[in-house]
Amino acid sequence: MSEPILELRGINKSFGAVHVLHDVDFTVRAGEVTALVGDNGAGKSTLVKCIAGIHPTDSGEVLFDGRQVSIHGPKDAADLGIEVVYQDLALCDNLDIVQNMFLGRERGKAGVLDEADMEQAARRTLASLSVRTVKSVRTPVAALSGGQRQTVAIAKAVLWDSKVVLLDEPTAALGVAQTRQVLDLVRRLAEQGLGVVLISHNMNDVFEVADRIACLYLGRMAAELPTKDVSHSQVVELITAGRSGDLGIARPDMAAV
Amino acid sequence: MSDTSAGTATTGDKNDERGPAPTGGEAGATAKNTAKGPDRSTDKATPSAAIADFGIDTTSQTTGEALRAYVARVRGGEFGSLPALLGLVVLLVVFSALSDSFLTLGNIANLLAQGTGTTIIAMGLVFVLLLGEIDLSAGTASGVTASVMALHLVRNGNLLSGMGTTVFYLFAAALVVAVVLALLLRVWIGAGLSAVALVIVLAGVPANPWVEMLLALCVGAAIGCITGFLVAKVGIPSFVVTLALFLAWGGVVLQFIGEGGTLGLRNDVLFAVANGNLSTAASWALFVVAAGGYAAVVLTRHFSRLRKGLVAQPTTLVAVRVGAVVVLGAAATYLLTLNRSVSNVVTISGVPYVVPIVLVLLVIGTFVLDRTRYGRHIYAVGGNKEAARRAGINVTQIRMSVFVICSSVAALGAIVYSSKVGSVDPNAGGGNTLLFAVGAAVIGGTSLFGGKGRIRDAVIGGAVLAIIQNGLGLLKQPAAVVSIVTGLVLLLAASVDALSRRRAAAAPR
Repeated sequence: MSEPILELRGINKSFGAVHVLHDVDFTVRAGEVTALVGDNGAGKSTLVKCIAGIHPTDSGEVLFDGRQVSIHGPKDAADLGIEVVYQDLALCDNLDIVQNMFLGRERGKAGVLDEADMEQAARRTLASLSVRTVKSVRTPVAALSGGQRQTVAIAKAVLWDSKVVLLDEPTAALGVAQTRQVLDLVRRLAEQGLGVVLISHNMNDVFEVADRIACLYLGRMAAELPTKDVSHSQVVELITAGRSGDLGIARPDMAAV
Repeated sequence: MSDTSAGTATTGDKNDERGPAPTGGEAGATAKNTAKGPDRSTDKATPSAAIADFGIDTTSQTTGEALRAYVARVRGGEFGSLPALLGLVVLLVVFSALSDSFLTLGNIANLLAQGTGTTIIAMGLVFVLLLGEIDLSAGTASGVTASVMALHLVRNGNLLSGMGTTVFYLFAAALVVAVVLALLLRVWIGAGLSAVALVIVLAGVPANPWVEMLLALCVGAAIGCITGFLVAKVGIPSFVVTLALFLAWGGVVLQFIGEGGTLGLRNDVLFAVANGNLSTAASWALFVVAAGGYAAVVLTRHFSRLRKGLVAQPTTLVAVRVGAVVVLGAAATYLLTLNRSVSNVVTISGVPYVVPIVLVLLVIGTFVLDRTRYGRHIYAVGGNKEAARRAGINVTQIRMSVFVICSSVAALGAIVYSSKVGSVDPNAGGGNTLLFAVGAAVIGGTSLFGGKGRIRDAVIGGAVLAIIQNGLGLLKQPAAVVSIVTGLVLLLAASVDALSRRRAAAAPR
């Protein structure tokens, strides 16, 4: 088991009177895929947004590479090497793959772009991820399929020497072949030594790629286990009831308060 | 089209799908495979053509492939400037056949000067249109800059007496507001130019043709700061803001010039802008600089891309394009250096000044949009505002800045059209000026929906409109026919835009 790269301890978050996250502990390890599962409203997206710096946390501490850090905004998270691939892909249809991958962080001197450098870097990144379904890096994003777009969005996140990549439902809108493509990519990210967090509703996807599964139940971390130690039905019970046998929260009915 | 479907089709081929992870993670992956059971047993290393399959082989194409890819793009709805160029050819042929005087040297030179004012305003509008916004006030705003310029010239720099005390102080206050607003959103160029305008106005710098042109440009920038702030920061739709300002600036022009009045631009330099010509030697020098510069830039870039193994067009195509520009440029320069005077008393020859003016603006505009970070951000905001925001682009700043550019460039257009007629009247920039400029940009292929368009679209579209007006005028058609035909051409262009978007959306993903 590798060292944790990102560790959250006792995170609490409220929106007004609604207590969304209760003392959540969450660990992301380098070289592993951690699946974050939970029913709608369990707090998955809130947790991701807290990590990404979009929402400030009320209490709790964040450790990155063993050091305590404070994330006050998306820029802090990006500086640490935390990248988020959102569900609605943040890509511009009218730009090509290279332009999208470098959007907002273009390379060049004095405002003049260095296209050659960017194109080579984009190609290296895609090649290192063994992306092979894109014909040319100069293809406009408008001409790509859903899976290819997701690939570009993920490759964009990897380009920045990132250490942790959070993927919010990357396969939700994809067909079978394209889901395959994206899951392979998720696996390869972990093989390259990144800490990967995969949010998904699809148990098949989770069991296929995840090394560990973290299950949120009504804002509490019900269980965080290696994938090989749990069965499909146990995870479903954890998601829906917060408890399965001796796993999960002791008194899930109390959690609803 | 075909390439994308082929791309997705290969994804079904699972064994072939996985390449090796070049970072040496493969061993770890196999170890995990055994731990994780049958789910991932399909993970086979196929080191054969993993990387070679990606991209690399498409960096260079043969001429045939490139042409086929182009045809496929056009069929898929990416028309670009193609319809406008075809229209241009058709119009040239039709008018040359119908009118003897259309294809004379004198008329062609006249046509260039006639269309330039609108074309320049359209070039500025392209920036605004790229964001999917519109600036309806660019026409009357250009009228304001023209009237300030003329007033400053006529009153020899004393705007206080020219405008009257109240109006003068309101005008100065508006310039101060523009500076403040630009500083607030950190649009430095807008703040700087507005400040220059303020200094010229308050210091009463004596009349000088170059100062007048600078003043017009700076007043244009100040107007853009106000428009841009209202749209970008306050958040009023650009259509409403600029519609209101269209009316307001029209009134300001009337106030500055006075009802029924006309301000003459009696100055040789200002008159020469739209009516003067380069000498024969200078004309050829312009050709050498322009065509030679184009060839040098295009060829250097092409061979540097080839050397670095980047995506590049076939050398043949690039050579043909460069050759065509050089030959056409040489032919045009030669023809324009012939004497085109109809009387024997005077000789008129040389390339009109408006040609280098438009070329310089074209080069600067293209450079900004294609080669700078700022231009890339304009396309990004026009394509997907939310994505641009998440990528850390200051969307508000970009939105304000395009209005500053649009109004400043419109001021340059105002200089040219005022110079053409030699005076500024209360109707300057009013009427159809703006609508023709928007029409020129759209006819050239700029999308009204944002994210798609180039500066050269404005030039091509401007040429189409100028030819229609000039040609129908030569055929002694009444103004009614000219307006109707122009309207129909614009409608046609807008339909092409909408149609191309539909085809692009319907294209298989």
